[in-house]
Amino acid sequence: MSSLAIRAEGLSKQYCLGQREQAGRTFREMLAGAVRSPLQRLRRLGGRTDGETFWALRDLSFEVRTGEVVGIIGRNGAGKSTLLKILSRITEPTRGWAEIRGRVASLLEVGTGFHPELTGRENIYLNGAILGMRRAEIRRNFDSIVEFAEIAPFLDTPVKHYSSGMYVRLAFAVAAHLEPEILLIDEVLAVGDLAFQKKCLGKMHDVSRTGRTVLFVSHNMGAVSALCSRAIVLEGGEKAAEAATDEAVRYYLEHNLGGAAMAWTLKYLPRAQPDLGDRVRLERLDALPEASEGFRYGEALRFRIAFRAAASLQRLACALGIDDMYGSRVITFESDRHGATVDTLAGRSYRVEVAVPPFGLLPGNYLLSVSLYSGARYEDYAIHFGTLALHPLAAGTAQYVAPRPGRGAIHQDSVWRIEEVSPEQHEEGHAPPPATIAVERRA
Amino acid sequence: MGESSEMANRRGHRAHPDGGSLSIGTAVEERDDAEPPSVGLPVARIEPSRSWRALGLGELWEYRELLYFLVWRDVKVRYKQTVLGVLWAVVQPALTLLVFALLFGRWAKIPSDGAPYPLFVFAGLVPWTFFANAVGASANSLVGQTHLISKVYFPRLIIPVASLGAGLVDLAITLALLILTMAAYGVGLSWRMIGLPALLVLNVLTALAAGAALAGLSTTYRDFRYVVPFLLQLWLFVSPVIYPVSLVPDEWRWLLYLNPMTGVIEAYRWALLGAECNWRSIGTAWPVAVLASLGSVAYFRRAERRFADVI
Repeated sequence: MSSLAIRAEGLSKQYCLGQREQAGRTFREMLAGAVRSPLQRLRRLGGRTDGETFWALRDLSFEVRTGEVVGIIGRNGAGKSTLLKILSRITEPTRGWAEIRGRVASLLEVGTGFHPELTGRENIYLNGAILGMRRAEIRRNFDSIVEFAEIAPFLDTPVKHYSSGMYVRLAFAVAAHLEPEILLIDEVLAVGDLAFQKKCLGKMHDVSRTGRTVLFVSHNMGAVSALCSRAIVLEGGEKAAEAATDEAVRYYLEHNLGGAAMAWTLKYLPRAQPDLGDRVRLERLDALPEASEGFRYGEALRFRIAFRAAASLQRLACALGIDDMYGSRVITFESDRHGATVDTLAGRSYRVEVAVPPFGLLPGNYLLSVSLYSGARYEDYAIHFGTLALHPLAAGTAQYVAPRPGRGAIHQDSVWRIEEVSPEQHEEGHAPPPATIAVERRA
Repeated sequence: MGESSEMANRRGHRAHPDGGSLSIGTAVEERDDAEPPSVGLPVARIEPSRSWRALGLGELWEYRELLYFLVWRDVKVRYKQTVLGVLWAVVQPALTLLVFALLFGRWAKIPSDGAPYPLFVFAGLVPWTFFANAVGASANSLVGQTHLISKVYFPRLIIPVASLGAGLVDLAITLALLILTMAAYGVGLSWRMIGLPALLVLNVLTALAAGAALAGLSTTYRDFRYVVPFLLQLWLFVSPVIYPVSLVPDEWRWLLYLNPMTGVIEAYRWALLGAECNWRSIGTAWPVAVLASLGSVAYFRRAERRFADVI
């Protein structure tokens, strides 16, 4: 029988709306308040606060057995990070309690406490100590960390001279060598280049096999599915579901692909002056009644773009671009290729609608950007107004096609036939091609 | 955050055999079944704490290695710019000494109880410089390291304490400088120097008392850090750095004694310059410093619950 590693009962965390302003609470105000109403001040010192509050986490109870790898999934603001912060003792619950058996290490961010002036070697020790490793432990794992991070030649170079890739690799390498009984992880996997991510995932997998208890918070349904046996879905600070991973992921996708209607006001990328347009808004027009953060695989993309022209221009066109997470352009949809342009007058507002039929964009994270351009000088005039994450994730639906690393971002159906042949047939060359290639289209 | 296609490789989708993939398919099923011996492990209970709680010194001791590394980091980074680092530790008290000696010793003719004024003021400056720098650094230490506080757990007190620790290196440098200056004035070392370690403890305790409380206040109230330099400036004038206690009228001296820095400075002058031992100031300084440290750390512990939320 497994023993419990984590037991939480009624965990709740309340924040004061305007806690941020409270963060900016000043001594001057406190003094002024003390003069005005000593009673109120006393109450505040007593820890009580007035004003509006909200529950980031409400009455959450769950158990994790020793050696289990449990995923925590939910939208932004569902309380995932708050939960990890409470379990790692960074912040206290307002109500409820949790019992944790064994040493806990939390990876809420890699590279915490790295100092740019210190060398790689020094930062390994410093970061290790901050993450809770003993000196002897760091020394024992030192070579393995260096090897994992692939930074051996730069060990005695200050990390400020590292490339961002090296920096992140070193940071993850230190964290990956923690040896706690319980590991809390918050989406640190999405770091580094593809090869390194693969290594990270492999390491995570090793960790999960050593009988260590892991709580893994992620937006990444693929990683959760791969690593976790069970998952808890949080919604608005409460537990919405707790089930075997596949079931929990399906629940999450079904309930969260739809959500609050969403319109994004795009900010232009840092530029001295927007010379084509401003106040660019992007709105989703979905087949679904509500818009959402993600897109289903095999779903048409429909957007409405609104902008204000900053100048009077001939044949202004609009483009929608999709970049993968490494910054490579996957595809660009350009309005002028379809004859859609507009002659603008400065200060007037314009609206663009675009529909892109399903084109097999594989599940993954992408950046969506809107460009405006005029005339032949596309490059010169294109302004990227902002980027959005695109998640065509519909794992669990029949159309789901898992991506494979290094195989591109777009899936296109094709027809294949493989059969065994005799040596003679092998030697005699290819059979005449079939007269027609039947291509089945998916509905 | 980005999601790589790699990670979206789902369970049940066996990875491609020709490289570029992982076989992460059956992470759960393949797990080694050896049950870890979890029975003997410590159980930590997480729950809302009472507003005043234990000082948590035991936990501080558990995290002593982190304390060591944070001090080591501060010292290392400080002296990494090599020449300037060490130089600054020397130049700052030397320039202050020069100005004070000229201004207050030569021109204002402030008495120095018989010792040469430059030595007299230097013996006061050594503990004062440590105190002022350490308190200033402590007070700002939490605000400057929000990334640590919001991401990792450790006893928060370690951060202001580490700032004190880093100041000790500078203290050692200025102390060596003082002893050299004494030699230049023909003042030798005496047996009283065996009192120095106890003195250092008193000096550190005083800095801790001020530093921990100010760190807590600066974190809770954003504008408090602007108050700190002003407080330190004021504190300099109510400590007998540039003047002897004998300059203060008798009926007011008790007020001066309540400031533990008075005892610290007088004790330095006793140990190094052979000044008369003022038991009243030194005797008051110890209990005041100890009580103030306890109170300050208790306040810090109370305030630290909210650090991660307000920072």
